[in-house]
Amino acid sequence: MNAVRRSCRVTGSERVGLYTLVRVERNGLEPGVPGQFFMLEAPGRLLPRPFSLCLAPPGELAFLVDAIGPGTEAIASLQAGDEIAVFGPLGNGYRLDVARPLLVGGGIGIAPLPYLAEQMGGEPRIVAGFRSAAHAEAASILPAHTEVVVDPTLVTSCHLEGWDVLACGPEPMLHAVAALCPTAQLAWEAPMACGYGACYGCVVEIDGALKRLCVEGPVLDAARVKAASDNLSQAMEAMA
Amino acid sequence: MRLLNASGCLDALAAPEVARALDGFVTKTVTPLPREGNAPPRIAETAHGMLNAIGLANPGRERFLDDNLPRLRELGVPVWVSVGGFCAEDYAETCARLTGIEAIELNLSCPNVDEAADSAAEIVAACRAATALPLYAKLSAAHPDVAEVARAVAAAGATGLSLINTLRAVALDRNLRPALARGSGGYSGPALKPVALHAVRACADATALPIVGMGGIATGRDVLEFLACGATDVALGTVLFSDPGAPARVRAELAAACAEAGVASPDDAIGLAKSPETEAKVTA
Repeated sequence: MNAVRRSCRVTGSERVGLYTLVRVERNGLEPGVPGQFFMLEAPGRLLPRPFSLCLAPPGELAFLVDAIGPGTEAIASLQAGDEIAVFGPLGNGYRLDVARPLLVGGGIGIAPLPYLAEQMGGEPRIVAGFRSAAHAEAASILPAHTEVVVDPTLVTSCHLEGWDVLACGPEPMLHAVAALCPTAQLAWEAPMACGYGACYGCVVEIDGALKRLCVEGPVLDAARVKAASDNLSQAMEAMA
Repeated sequence: MRLLNASGCLDALAAPEVARALDGFVTKTVTPLPREGNAPPRIAETAHGMLNAIGLANPGRERFLDDNLPRLRELGVPVWVSVGGFCAEDYAETCARLTGIEAIELNLSCPNVDEAADSAAEIVAACRAATALPLYAKLSAAHPDVAEVARAVAAAGATGLSLINTLRAVALDRNLRPALARGSGGYSGPALKPVALHAVRACADATALPIVGMGGIATGRDVLEFLACGATDVALGTVLFSDPGAPARVRAELAAACAEAGVASPDDAIGLAKSPETEAKVTA
């Protein structure tokens, strides 16, 4: 485990559409590989919350937060000068050595794409899907050439076939992407208490057996995941 | 006073540096056959704690003995193996095959599987006959009289007690459905501390067995409170999820907590909160 846990000072917080971008000082933490994640202390809550890294400005780490529960609300409410414990980078990120990269994000699943695009270099093709025009305002954090679609138009209608897809988004989107692009790399989510293999809470069916997403993933080759929990969205909301 | 982890709250092979910060590593419970565990979602946060329903996920006795245990022994941390099963023979067979470890903890109280039909004392007696290793009986505070169970397992040959396991509980999601796929789960975290302190104090009054106290310990002050109630060792559980650095932090907090409580050392706190009747008995 190369992850480090440090108390990091919040340097700023800004609205990005309906989401909030929270910036903290790095304080010695490495940004890691795109798709890896960090556990952020949620002030007033027992458990930290997992976030992929959105941006890595010099000396800072920035996380895109969708405030849908008491923990994410506490993190989105942080002000410059506040301090929170940050632990990471954790888990396994994306493989960047692909020939024809296409980055696909759905909703808050766009979070890892800005840092991923930056690390890949060469302006990779990016597709972002949102459930409403209001949610799509968050696309402002993505490079200008991003193709943005809004429900009922789905990312799967954006000609993904033949590309090396690196995706992050809601579970139905990931399954749909996997059906079109069997070699896609998909970033999954699961309710998570620890992020470092201690709690066994974040299991997903991987390679036909329940395995810890924080240890095996969160980025997995499409063929490795059959189905996560029946009610993942409610489970995520209950742990948000 | 030794600082351990609560069973199921740390994977020493995934995070060896966290295990090395402890005085002993307690494994996840090992059962005779492999168990995949319960379907997700398995965890939920509540206002003052968390629920889990992992369901004793483990590789099973054979793979544990062949693969996991040799690697755990190489970590340089005393290993405690948590043993589970569904009848006394299950427990005893695993105990008989364990060697080169510090102690065995008998998980007699997992809230996330159907309980063994045999009584705690029957299981302890069967294991006592199967091994010479120290046997710690992990009990639940959900029993109406945990001290009575403590006396029974002491008479059956237990070396010590581990107190307490999680308590069976339910949390609901926004749509008023159970947040855990299993429905109920084991409740842990800060909310458990007063319950655990009572169980430790009651069992310390009832038996002379050493006690590993656990349940919501998050600070050096919490450790002292468990010792004052009669624990001789303590274990960190849920706090390890949010703070893998908790072992070193809690140790560092102990000196200040001792000074604040007016005791010279953690060991000097042991038993300070035991009942007057016990003190009278001890004095007599």
